[in-house]
Amino acid sequence: MNAHVADLEPAAEPCTDSRFTVPGIRCAGCIGKIERGLSQLPGVAAARVNFSAKRVAVSHNAQITDDDLIEALRELGFEAERAAENPLARDDAETKRLLRALAVAGFGMMNIMLLSVSVWSGAEGLTRELFHWLSAIIAVPVVAYAGRPFFASAAMALRYRRTNMDVPISIGVLLATGLSIYETLTGGEHAYFDGAVMLLFFLLAGRVLDAVMRGRARSGIAALLGRMGRGAHVLEENGGTQWVAAEGLRPGMTMLVAAGEALAADGEIEAGETTIDASMLTGESEPRACRAGDAVHAGMINLGAPVRVRVTAVADDTVLADIARLMDEAGQSRSRYVRIAERAARLYAPAVHSLALLAFAGWMLAGAGWHQSILIAVAVLIITCPCALGLAVPAAQVAASGALMRRGLLIKDGSALERLAEVDRALFDKTGTLTLGEPRPIDLSFLGPEDRAIALALAQASRHPLSKGLARSLRMGGVQPALLEGVGEEAGTGVRGNFGTEAVALLRPEGVLAGLAVDLVRDGRRQTIAFSDPLRSDVRATLSDLSGQGIESAILSGDRKEAVRGVAEALGIAGEGGLQPSDKLCRLEALAARGHRALMIGDGLNDGPALAGAHVSIAPGSASDVSQQAADAVFVGEKLMPVADAVRTARRTMKVVRQNFAFAVLYNVFAVPLAFLGHVTPLVAAIAMSGSSLVVVANSLRLARSER
Amino acid sequence: MTILGFLIPLALLMGLLGLGTFFWAMRSGQFEDLDGAANRILLDEDQGDGPP
Repeated sequence: MNAHVADLEPAAEPCTDSRFTVPGIRCAGCIGKIERGLSQLPGVAAARVNFSAKRVAVSHNAQITDDDLIEALRELGFEAERAAENPLARDDAETKRLLRALAVAGFGMMNIMLLSVSVWSGAEGLTRELFHWLSAIIAVPVVAYAGRPFFASAAMALRYRRTNMDVPISIGVLLATGLSIYETLTGGEHAYFDGAVMLLFFLLAGRVLDAVMRGRARSGIAALLGRMGRGAHVLEENGGTQWVAAEGLRPGMTMLVAAGEALAADGEIEAGETTIDASMLTGESEPRACRAGDAVHAGMINLGAPVRVRVTAVADDTVLADIARLMDEAGQSRSRYVRIAERAARLYAPAVHSLALLAFAGWMLAGAGWHQSILIAVAVLIITCPCALGLAVPAAQVAASGALMRRGLLIKDGSALERLAEVDRALFDKTGTLTLGEPRPIDLSFLGPEDRAIALALAQASRHPLSKGLARSLRMGGVQPALLEGVGEEAGTGVRGNFGTEAVALLRPEGVLAGLAVDLVRDGRRQTIAFSDPLRSDVRATLSDLSGQGIESAILSGDRKEAVRGVAEALGIAGEGGLQPSDKLCRLEALAARGHRALMIGDGLNDGPALAGAHVSIAPGSASDVSQQAADAVFVGEKLMPVADAVRTARRTMKVVRQNFAFAVLYNVFAVPLAFLGHVTPLVAAIAMSGSSLVVVANSLRLARSER
Repeated sequence: MTILGFLIPLALLMGLLGLGTFFWAMRSGQFEDLDGAANRILLDEDQGDGPP
């Protein structure tokens, strides 16, 4: 990842690389705008956009700070956040290792096949021996390199006296290679190098697909992450401020929290008076007034004026940490879930071993001799090796997750799809899940067209949540911003500007507790725009879609009971309010005890334990980092429908997976007797293996097509 | 059959060349930003797009 930036570095001053997440990159124009705009800044050596990961890597010297760069990006029209220190590096390395092994296996397979085809078509004597030798020279290093992922996993399983899919694979590959070397040395007729290497190739293809699916969804989620308080501006003794990451905060420091910023640590307000949005922690939707001396917690968002907060607790001591501990405990139940491929392997591996052993013993008894008997046992191992099985699950899941991703739902791994297919209850959080989690104006119809244009121009200039919601609603209504001059934001009060000769402003209503509202002021005339947190537009359609699939929905919320009851009655589902994080977990456990499989959909930190403890969970893209990490899937956008789509696609995926398994079993019913009778030559093994793999992959690809 | 002595090493060499290229491409980050490459072709000017 560093390569591009490093290549572009001029030799002059030492440069540091900074990475930013910019979710707003959508087109070629954005790439050009950002790269050109940033590289014109003094102190910036190079800027490179990674479009897939929605990141910008900037190489710059000490002249320019990260904050300046974020500000510059904002002026270019992009919201940016510092990207965390490459959290995906480990996963990336794993995928790369598998890809390299796959490339090596592919190289070996093609060259050995080239030689094998000549042997099958009748090369004899010296030529055949030469070809076998060449195959051996290629195959031995290839098996040693490309087989490592399987050998390592098999060794691990055996060390704990268990068996998994990799044990028969490893035994099959090693035996086939060993036997072929023996055949080559003694000038025998058949060598199974091609079978061994082809087996590795197909199985690695399955593993790579699995890893790619996880990697793709994770990088999508990583692009969404990092919108929460990951650090704070800390007041220094000389009066300046410095950005300190959340891990670097210490009790006793003083944070400056601007309007719209999230708190990175627990603390006590030292100076200033503001309103705080605590919905992330409590689910409570109404902002709460806070003044000097009040305690505030990490994860809360400052809506009003900038305040100074003295840090009282950081990292492990915060209220957040309590929630994290609950989540840890809740998540353990899920790690006991056994994926369908592993369940199949538990039945399959012993069956394959005993079959091969049986073949060996049978032919020995029949008096075929050591050599012949081992040859047949190896043929049984190769032909029954779970090529089709290894591909059956990942191929279907990759196709399905790709289809879901196009509809705005990122699934973290295959086991999530499997669990999603089993749910029969859906539990929704209210704030931020059924609702948008952002304030939107209730009614704009009383504003004239000119008022709207002015309001949009003013709202665009501010980062305050109310301004953002107002700007978004107006833009959706097709309003073009008016041309204003001298627009400036006064933190805590509002935005002011001039429309021609007229002074206009968006201001906080007089009186701190006027609820969620802003005043549009034109020459002293005030119009109050009230805000609420509206339901997502397709909530009803989604709920009826879910109940059509036999899933019963309910609301579990930390919000006030009356607020929850109102929404629940309007939607015609059960609802419970005033719940603590641990209460939600209790409800889930009670459901699980009655044999239900629950899908939890929530966004707040207070949902974290429930998300981790549910059978499967989904979080909206606007959710807190913790919730996105705890959830199995994340959906982006304002629609709730991806949730219902996800369940439907998951069920269809499992149907295809079962078809693939059924096919693999059917294939074995025909292939095993052949191998048992000693009719499986390397040619037959090669055809059977690639044929069955192709059928399985083709069947899985139907999922990608039908979802378009 | 002497042609085999020439063709087989050639085939292996070309295979190895392809493999080596793939390894190089992975190491140098050619696969880092696949969608970006598709979009960059639409940029008119190439200023700011690479070293001058």
